[in-house]
Amino acid sequence: MKLPRAALAISLAVMLAACSQETVQSSPPGLAGLPPPLSAEGDFGATLQGALITARPGDTIVMPEGTFALADPLSLDVDGVTLRGAGQGVTVLDFAQQSGAGEGLLVTSNDVTLMNFTVRDTKGDGIKSKGADRITYRFLTVEWSGEPDKTNGAYGVYPVESSDVLVENVTVRGASDAGIYVGQSSNIIVRNSVVEFNVAGIEIENSTGADVYGNIARNNTGGILVFDLPDLPVSGGNATRIYANQILANNTRNFAPAGNIVAGVPSGTGVIIMANRNVHVFDNAFENNRSAHVLITAYSLPFTDAAYNPLPRDVVIRGNTYSGGGDDPQGILTPFAEALGGTLPPIVWDGVSTWPGATGAQAVNLTIAEAPEVGFLNFGIPSYPLDPAALAPSPDRPASTPPAEPAAIVLAHVKE
Amino acid sequence: MRAAALLLAALLAGLTAACGLAKGSGPDMGVILAEAPAEKFSGYGLFSDIAGAAPAAGVVPYDLVNPLFSDHAGKHRLVFVPGGRMAAYAGNDVFAFPVGTVLVKTFAFAPDMRAPDAGAYRVETRLLIHKESGWAAYPYIWNADGTEAVYAPVGGKRTIQTISPAGAPITINYAVPNQNQCKTCHQAGDALAPIGPKARNLNHHAQLEDWVVRGVLDRLPSGAPAAPAVYDVSLPVEARARAWLDINCAHCHKPDGSASNSGLVLAATETDPVKIGIGKHPVAAGRGAGTLFQVIVPGAPDRSILAYRMASTEPGVAMPELGRSVPDPEGLALVREWIAEMEPR
Repeated sequence: MKLPRAALAISLAVMLAACSQETVQSSPPGLAGLPPPLSAEGDFGATLQGALITARPGDTIVMPEGTFALADPLSLDVDGVTLRGAGQGVTVLDFAQQSGAGEGLLVTSNDVTLMNFTVRDTKGDGIKSKGADRITYRFLTVEWSGEPDKTNGAYGVYPVESSDVLVENVTVRGASDAGIYVGQSSNIIVRNSVVEFNVAGIEIENSTGADVYGNIARNNTGGILVFDLPDLPVSGGNATRIYANQILANNTRNFAPAGNIVAGVPSGTGVIIMANRNVHVFDNAFENNRSAHVLITAYSLPFTDAAYNPLPRDVVIRGNTYSGGGDDPQGILTPFAEALGGTLPPIVWDGVSTWPGATGAQAVNLTIAEAPEVGFLNFGIPSYPLDPAALAPSPDRPASTPPAEPAAIVLAHVKE
Repeated sequence: MRAAALLLAALLAGLTAACGLAKGSGPDMGVILAEAPAEKFSGYGLFSDIAGAAPAAGVVPYDLVNPLFSDHAGKHRLVFVPGGRMAAYAGNDVFAFPVGTVLVKTFAFAPDMRAPDAGAYRVETRLLIHKESGWAAYPYIWNADGTEAVYAPVGGKRTIQTISPAGAPITINYAVPNQNQCKTCHQAGDALAPIGPKARNLNHHAQLEDWVVRGVLDRLPSGAPAAPAVYDVSLPVEARARAWLDINCAHCHKPDGSASNSGLVLAATETDPVKIGIGKHPVAAGRGAGTLFQVIVPGAPDRSILAYRMASTEPGVAMPELGRSVPDPEGLALVREWIAEMEPR
């Protein structure tokens, strides 16, 4: 336990890479039958941006092998375009010398596929798609070099205000907010991806209908987050299933800039469900998340949005495996753990059931359907702020009416 | 509707050609309405003397009450509405310009921006053309002699050495936006739209009366709105600061703009304090928030993300994120003054 954290994180990463890489990443499809790649000669950024502007719906743009230093952000606003490289780590768009706008690549059109390339060291977000329905992110890497740092961009893969979103076989490292962030969207699949050394590995926020499965979330500050925030154009996030993921050793220090919502994520949390409704967490493998494997919590900041409910509701936790963890709670959990003997069980709920502006206690309906030996703790704090002095802890699992599990997500643009 | 507009445009194109306003002697409707942009700016026929920047007949210079800050560039705006047609007045929205309308904005610098007309040279011209299929945006970059500009879909860079209006020598890494970046600011839902030509932005020194006389605008109701002039110190600070935010930020920070997902709405018409940023927590700002917690902390500009991002020149932090590489010192001072005046909570 007294190993330097970085060394621990690296050795864990190496061990996990050795045992689990094969299970997620398979080979990207070949390049037969595609148009010739863009020329790698001259100003590649201008060549690529020109191709993105003059593309016609249905076109495929092929990027050559190589690492290309790009001075300006890229954008795509033509429907139905596929942008592909020669592979993750083979075609690398390097934004270390970027000027101008924040993100590396911005997509604002529908029916776009992005595949087989790496985006590195953007000043802001890696790849953002806004109002881009039926988008596919596939076999992509988005990463920030060096140690996790608060000056890294916020999101690696960032679809927002979109319907029918597929993120698969993507790797994101080093995001100072979330590696894969899906916000204010609906009908979402995030699968078979690897997120590591981000503040949040995967975050589903203010979104409706998401399946998150087959992913490895390791060495982030928090592994997988399902949030709903107030005062946004789209809220009322609900119907998310988090299943069959490996959520491992998410113990990286929180390196988010202080003002960000995720700056409050305790290092060492596996899954956090905050203020979202109808969330099902099952068949996941949790290991060695030092604060808690599953944290269920209210949104605790003041808000003015009268339609907003800051409580988690209709949450089901079942059939997961838990190993290690809870032994060194961090951040906001530290004083609670200290009051409770220094450790936390795998599943922790703040117990909040009301907020300023609500009339009395509101239903949370939390279902913990795990083997009896899986520890659970209700902090028993009736309302925020989350004051350790108000702690009224209870290991009793609350009585509940398990909500029906949402049907599997079917995407309009993906044939299974 | 579209078929009718097409027919009308074709008729107009025929008419203008018949009236001797074809290529070389005035705006060329064939070029204006073509599917693809002209390679050379001169092809549109918008100037009678392109080197001297003299607009062609029917092409009307105009200006805005408050211009968007663009690295201290001088801006020269022209509007062309096809003969016989007029823009329809709208109270709060952009006027409804007919198909064939061209909005021209030229960005120019001078060796000393305290005297922006002395030795001025044009860097770029942006065209917004109302095609049959909606508005289209095209960037053009001027040659060194200022005799021609060439279509530049991927934009460009130019280093500008000048003296700022405040008298400081500055080097500007000026960026001509690419065609997609035009849409970032000009987005309105799924479409692209002009930003400036609303009543409130145009309504000063009898400009709209002039538009009506010239047949550019169909009518001007009495009591048409007028934006407070940002640098008219006789006006309240709040109104001026909100006017600055409206013209510099609200094209993205509006409910159907590029920054809609932020929930931050900076249009002058917004009245919800949280949407304006007062006490609002950032959502997806990342390091753009610095280490600050709220967009606007009343009474505390140094703790307000809004002022922090306006002051920054760093990609990923600086706002607006396109169209400037240096801060607007006067705008920043004004917004800071507004925040400082707010009652602390």
